[in-house]
Amino acid sequence: MAEAYIYDAVRTPRGRGKADGALHEIPALELATQVLQALRDRNGLDTSRLDDVVLGVVAPVGEQGADIARIAVLNADFDHRVAGVQLDRYCASGLEACNVAAAKVICGEADLAIGGGVESMSRVPMGSAGGAWSVDPSIAFKSYYIPQGVSADLIATRYGFSRHDVDSYAVESQRRAGLAWHEQRFARSVIAIKDALGLTVLDRDEHMRPETTVESLGKLKPSFAEMGAYVFDEIVKQRYPEVGRVQHVHHAGNSSGIVDGASGVLIGSKEIGQALGLKPRARFRAMASIGSEPSIMLTGPEFVTAKVLARAGMSKNDIDLWELNEAFASVVLRLNQAYQIDPARMNVNGGAIAMGHPLGATGGMLLGTVLDELERQDLSTALVTLCVGAGMGTATIIERI
Amino acid sequence: MENFKLELDADGILTAALDVAGRSMNTITQGVFNDLEKLIARVKTDAAVKGLVLCSGKANGYCAGADLDEQDANNSGAIPSSEAAIRAELARVAVLSDLLRALELCGKPVASAINGLALGGGLEMLLATHYRVAVDDTRIQLGLPEARIGLLPGAGGTQRLPRLIGLAKSLPLLLDGNSVTPAKARDLGFVDLLVSAGKEIETAKAWIRGGGIGSQPWDRKGYKLPGGSPYEAVGVAMTMAIAGMRKATSGNYPAQLNILRCVYEGVTVPIDTGLRLEARYFVLTQNTPQAKAMVRSLFLSMQELKKRSVKIADSERREVRKLAILGAGMMGAGIAQVSAQVGIEVVLIDRSDADAARGKAAIEKQLAKAVDKGRTTRDKADALLARITATGDYSKVEGSDLVIEAVFEDRKLKADVTAKAEAYLGAEAVFGSNTSGLPITGLAQHSKRPENFIGMHFFSPVDRMALVEIIRGDKTSEKTLARAVDFVQKIRKTPIIVRDSRGFYTSRSFHTYLDEGYELLADGVSPIVIDNIGRATGMPRGPLELCDDVGLDLCLSARQQAKADLGDAFVATQEDRMLALLVSEQGRHGRKNGKGFYDYPADGGDKLLWPGLAEFVSVKLKNPGAADIEEIRQRLLYRQSLEAARIFADGVIDDPRDADIGALLGWGFPSWTGGPLSLIDQIGTAEFVRRCDRLAARHGARFAVPSQLREMADRNAAYYAPVAPVVSNV
Repeated sequence: MAEAYIYDAVRTPRGRGKADGALHEIPALELATQVLQALRDRNGLDTSRLDDVVLGVVAPVGEQGADIARIAVLNADFDHRVAGVQLDRYCASGLEACNVAAAKVICGEADLAIGGGVESMSRVPMGSAGGAWSVDPSIAFKSYYIPQGVSADLIATRYGFSRHDVDSYAVESQRRAGLAWHEQRFARSVIAIKDALGLTVLDRDEHMRPETTVESLGKLKPSFAEMGAYVFDEIVKQRYPEVGRVQHVHHAGNSSGIVDGASGVLIGSKEIGQALGLKPRARFRAMASIGSEPSIMLTGPEFVTAKVLARAGMSKNDIDLWELNEAFASVVLRLNQAYQIDPARMNVNGGAIAMGHPLGATGGMLLGTVLDELERQDLSTALVTLCVGAGMGTATIIERI
Repeated sequence: MENFKLELDADGILTAALDVAGRSMNTITQGVFNDLEKLIARVKTDAAVKGLVLCSGKANGYCAGADLDEQDANNSGAIPSSEAAIRAELARVAVLSDLLRALELCGKPVASAINGLALGGGLEMLLATHYRVAVDDTRIQLGLPEARIGLLPGAGGTQRLPRLIGLAKSLPLLLDGNSVTPAKARDLGFVDLLVSAGKEIETAKAWIRGGGIGSQPWDRKGYKLPGGSPYEAVGVAMTMAIAGMRKATSGNYPAQLNILRCVYEGVTVPIDTGLRLEARYFVLTQNTPQAKAMVRSLFLSMQELKKRSVKIADSERREVRKLAILGAGMMGAGIAQVSAQVGIEVVLIDRSDADAARGKAAIEKQLAKAVDKGRTTRDKADALLARITATGDYSKVEGSDLVIEAVFEDRKLKADVTAKAEAYLGAEAVFGSNTSGLPITGLAQHSKRPENFIGMHFFSPVDRMALVEIIRGDKTSEKTLARAVDFVQKIRKTPIIVRDSRGFYTSRSFHTYLDEGYELLADGVSPIVIDNIGRATGMPRGPLELCDDVGLDLCLSARQQAKADLGDAFVATQEDRMLALLVSEQGRHGRKNGKGFYDYPADGGDKLLWPGLAEFVSVKLKNPGAADIEEIRQRLLYRQSLEAARIFADGVIDDPRDADIGALLGWGFPSWTGGPLSLIDQIGTAEFVRRCDRLAARHGARFAVPSQLREMADRNAAYYAPVAPVVSNV
C-alpha cells in the first residue's frame, strides 16, 4: 500500500470564543477558506490535483452546517472538481479528518487531500448540534451519562490528582505556550487571519495568560461542583462504587479554552509530491480510534495509545514527542501516569489550556504543532492523541522523513 | 347509564356525573369503559347536546384511577411471548386511551368540574377535556401516582400533561407521582379556573355557554410544546430529569425510565403517535416483575393490611378510648401524640410528674413546629394536648382500655412497671409492650393476665413511621390480638402480626443487612464500596453509615444483650469483633459523637471515611467489577430475604404480606422488590435457591436456605400466587 506523507500544515491563530474575541466577526466559512488558501498559496498548488478536503466540525449546524468543507472549497476558489466532506468525532474531529485524508491516500482513493477542521465557537456555540446522548433517556440512562467536566473530575478522583496537581499542570501549559510564542516556534504554521480589506484581524493566540500562577488559579471556584452535588456525583457513585466523594478540581483555568479557529494539513502520496515538487516532512506511521467506558468518558487516550503503538509495531520508548489535547488537566496527567511519560516530552509547547480548543479544528493543529517541534529539536517520531466525547480516543503516529 | 348520571339542561349542556356502581370511591372499571363509549357517542351524534360537563356523582372525589384489582389479574409479570398475545395486550391497554382521544375529538366543548381528588386514570380523563374547573380546596389531590407503584400513566397522561405545561413542569409530576392542590395545578397550567365549592358545575357550564372551544391546543394549527421540545428546552430539562431519575432510583425502577421515554419520544410527534408509544411502554412497564411486585405490595397488600381484622365476636371488640403509656421518652411521647391526634384520651406516665411533663413538652414543641409550618392549626394542636395528661401517678391508669409500656429495654424495669400499672387495670384491658426485641412470652410472665399481654413494636419517629409490629406471646388471646390490631388501625398505622421470637421479625431481619456490611468489610471490600452498593440496591442507607446513624454503642449493647440471653448458643461474628474495636477501644459511637466508620465534621459538612479504619481492615477489593458489584448487591439483599424466609418457615409469620409490608414500612426495604419474600418470587424460588447455594459455598452458612424454601423451589412454588417466575438480574 501507498504511504501518506505530510507536505504542509497550517492553522489560524485562536481567537477568544466570545463576542469580544477577535475572530468573532469572521464567519466559520471564512476561517476554513483562509486555511485552504494558505495551503494553496504556500505550496503553489494546482488545486485541480487535489482530490478531497476533509474537515472536522463538532457543531455542524447553521453556518458550520451542511458540509462546510465543500462550501469552503468553493469559497476558496479552488477548482470546483475538488470534493469536500465534513465529519464529526467530537473533539478528535480534526485529527480524524487528517487520518481519513491519509487513509484515502494510503488506499489509493486519493493522491492529494487536505485534512483539518474548523470551529467558530463564538458564533456557533458548543452544544448547538444537540445530540441524543444526554437527552434521549434510553441511552443517557444506560450509559450513566455525566457531563464532561464531571468526568474530568472523576478522572482526577480515581487516579489521585489533587487540585494542586491540575493547577500546576495548567501553569506549566501557560508557561510553555508563552515561551513558544516568544521564541516564534509556531511561526511556520500560524497564518494571520485577514479582513475583507486584507488587514490583519488576528495573528496570535488570544486566549493565553502566561502570567498565570498556581496562586492565581487557586482563587478560581471549581466549575462542576455545583452540578455534581445537584445530581451527577450520585451517578458517578452508581457507576464507580469505589468513589466516596468526587473531587471537583477543574475550572476555567485548568480546562481547555473556548476559542475560534481552523486548521489544515496537506497530505498526499510520495508520487504526487514528486510530481508537484513538494517536499515531504513526515509520514503517517499508524492511526487508530477506540471506544472506552463512556461515563468517565475521557480516558480514551490511554487505550488508543496502546492500540496505535501496536499497529505501528512500536513501544512507548520509540516515541520522541507526545501531543495530547489538554481538554482537562487530569486527562494529560492520567496518560502521563499510565505510560510513565517524561513530562518534558509531553505537549512541549503548551496546549489547549493555554491556547484554547477550537473543537473540530484542534486535531489538525496538534499534528502541525508537533511536526514543527520534531523539526526544531530534530527528532523523529511523535504520537498525537485526543480524548473524545462519549468515551473514545483517536491517535496518530507520525515519523519525519 | 350505570356509571354516569346524565342530565341535559335547557341550554343543551349534558352533565355526566361519574358514580361507579358498587364502589365507595370512583375507580375506572370495565363498566366505566363501556359507559364512556356510549357517552361519547351520544355527545357526538345527539344534536340536542351542545357540550359536556364531566363531574363526580360522589362526594368523596372525582376518581381515584384505574381499578388495580382488575388490572392486577391481567398482569403476569412478564411480557407475553407470542406476537399475537402482545398485540392483544396492546389493544387491551389502549381502550381507555382511545376513548379519551375520542372524547377530546368529539367536536363539542367538554369541560371538567373537579370537586375532589382525581388521581391516575381519573386525572387523565380530565386532561382529555378542553377546560378544567376545580374547587379551590387544599385537601383536593390531583396527580398521576402510577410511577409510585411501578406503572406509568397509560391513558394519555405522559402525552397530555407535557403538551399542556411543558417538559420542565410535567416531568417531576410524572416521575415522582406526587399530587398537587388545585391551586398549584392552576399555577402549573393544567387547571384553568379555581372556584369555591358548589360552583364548579355552573362555572364549567358557563364556559361552554360562553363559546368554549371544543378542541385541544395540540389539535390546532401552530401548536408548540410549551417551553420547547427536548432539543430546545431551556435548562436542559430532559438531561436533568434523566440524571435526577437515576440519582433517585439507582436504576432499579423501570417505570421511571419508561415514562421518560414516553415523554421524549412522544412530544415531538402527533399526539396519536404519542399515545401509541405510551401504550407500548405501558405494556413493557406493567409486565416487569418490579411492577407486579409493587402493585401487589404497595397497593393491594398495603390496603388489605390496613383494613385487616382479626376475627372475634363483635361483642368482644372494645374501642380504645383511654390509653395509658408507661415511659414518657421519645417513643412514649410519640405514641401519645398519634393517639391523642385521633381523639384518644392519653395518660402519659413516668417516674415523676416532672419526667412525664418533659415527654409532653416534647410533643408540644413538635406541634408548635407543625403549626408554624401550617401543617395543623393552633386550635387543633391545643385540643390534642388537652387530651394528654402527664403524670407520675400510676393510679391514673385506671379506666384505660389499653396500656402501652415504652420504658427502657430492661426486663426488671418492665416487670416493675407492668405490676404497678396492672394494679389499676380492669379485667378487659390490654397490656402492650413496645419492646423491639425482648420475647413477649417472657415479659408476660410478669403479668397477672398473660392472655391480655401483647407486643406492640412501634418505630421511631412514631409520627412518621406507618408500621406497628404486633407480637403475640404464647398465651396472648385472639381477643387481645384483635383489639391490638383495631387500635393500630385507629391511630392510622399499618399492623403486621408476628409470633414471639427473639427480635421478632423486623429487628431480626433488618439486622442481617448490617451484619452483612460487617462481613463484607471483613472480606476486604472497601467501606465506600459497601455503602455505595448498599444505597444502589435501593436501601435508604449503606449498612456501615446506617450503623453510624443507629449508634455503634447501641449496636454493641444489643450484641451484649444477645450474648447474655443466648449463653452458649451465642456465636460471635465479625460485627462483634469490629464493635469491640470501634466502640470499646476507639470510643467511636457513631454519628452521635461524630466518630463512627466515618468522621462527621462539627460544621455539618460531608462525612469522610475515618482514616484510622485502614489500620484494622485491609482493603482487598477497591475497584469492583460488574461481577463483584452484583455479588455484593446479592449479599446485602438476599441476607434479608433469607431471614424473612427462615422466619416464615419457622412459623413466626403466617402471611407473606406481613413479611413484605413489615420490611417496606419498617426499615425501608427497597420498594421495587415488593418486599423480601416478593423479591424471592421475582427472581423465582428455584433461581434464588441456586444463587444462595452459590453464596453459601463461598461465604458460609448464613446463606443456607431453609428446607421449606428449598422444597418450594423443587416444586417451582412461590410465596404468592403461582405465576411462572421470571429470572431477573437482581
